[in-house]
Amino acid sequence: MSKFGLITKGFLKENPTFVLVLGMCPTLATTTSAMNGLEMGLATMFVLILSNIVISLIAPVVPDKVHIPVYIVVIATFVTLLQLLMQAYVPEVYETLGLFIPLIVVNCIVLGRAEAFASKNSVWDSTLDGIGIGLGFTVTLVVIGIVREVLGSGSVFGWKFLAGDGILAFVMAPGAFLVLGYLMVLFNKLAKR
Amino acid sequence: MEFLLIIVSAIFVNNIVLAQFLGICPFMGVSNKLSTATGMSGAVCFVITLATVVTYLINKFLLETFHLEFLQTIAFILVIAALVQMVEIILKKISPSLYQALGIFLPLITTNCAVLGVAITVVTKQFTFGGAPHMLGLAQATVYALATSLGYGLAMVLFAGLREQLSRSNVPEAFKGLPIAFITVGIMALAFLGFSGIV
Repeated sequence: MSKFGLITKGFLKENPTFVLVLGMCPTLATTTSAMNGLEMGLATMFVLILSNIVISLIAPVVPDKVHIPVYIVVIATFVTLLQLLMQAYVPEVYETLGLFIPLIVVNCIVLGRAEAFASKNSVWDSTLDGIGIGLGFTVTLVVIGIVREVLGSGSVFGWKFLAGDGILAFVMAPGAFLVLGYLMVLFNKLAKR
Repeated sequence: MEFLLIIVSAIFVNNIVLAQFLGICPFMGVSNKLSTATGMSGAVCFVITLATVVTYLINKFLLETFHLEFLQTIAFILVIAALVQMVEIILKKISPSLYQALGIFLPLITTNCAVLGVAITVVTKQFTFGGAPHMLGLAQATVYALATSLGYGLAMVLFAGLREQLSRSNVPEAFKGLPIAFITVGIMALAFLGFSGIV
């Protein structure tokens, strides 16, 4: 695959949410607004890129039997690093995303890329793969976040264009499932073309 | 009274799947058939309760004593992974029939974010069950974990029943598979929203 292809595949061909259907929990939980979606996407991308780099470097020397635990420890280390950095520099973002920052450890996207790509490819390709899939995930979260924010609170990225409240259910749990379901339908329709 | 509040709140009001968005992947993955959904619910129930008790004790007596709270994420995921392996080995030895029923689901549970999610929640979040905000004690944490996982089972079994019906109905092409499943869960979540406010 070309270097350019590695970066862009996350948007459509290997979109983590709509095609691979991975990492559903943060996708549903943190997209109450476009901004929250963006922050969660960037946080996941940070872990994804760094763990991809390290795992592609250590993969040749890790015994096959213990490779999953080793990868999990590498990922958990970067998640802890991210937690400490966020607590220090952006505590209010850390507060909003809450539980879902430590839960990046069990986000299947990160372990999935480590297992399916980084363990078999060069450092440079793995870095690009991390950026590509991370970007695809971030863009998807922002799109879901925009839809939910527009319907739920009548604003985009905090800029309010509608007086009064929106349909509150879209900010709450049911809206997350409904918006994701209908966006998947839309994605299927467009992808079939 | 407090225990009753914890149970009602964890099963219905703050249902782990329909309100907290934890454990969605296995929820979607194994809810095609009622029988596999029941098996997975049993395994999750067992592991969540056990993992919460163990990580609670480790957090209290190891991490907090030596001021190593920043290691929480790494420590917890390793403990859970080891625990699941151990449960698998022990179950195979002492109860082959139970192992047959739960066996294939156990390895999947390590990466079920519901397990790590509940373990982290009980040691970091303050709860307000009938009174001032406070951290959960061991007994309360155990009841919370058990009730939460029962809520997981309830949502999963209900959804599997709906999905068996869905598989026999005529669904538009673009909605087939996961999209209609997500929309169905959305409507279920809307129904569960009706419970909010009772605790």
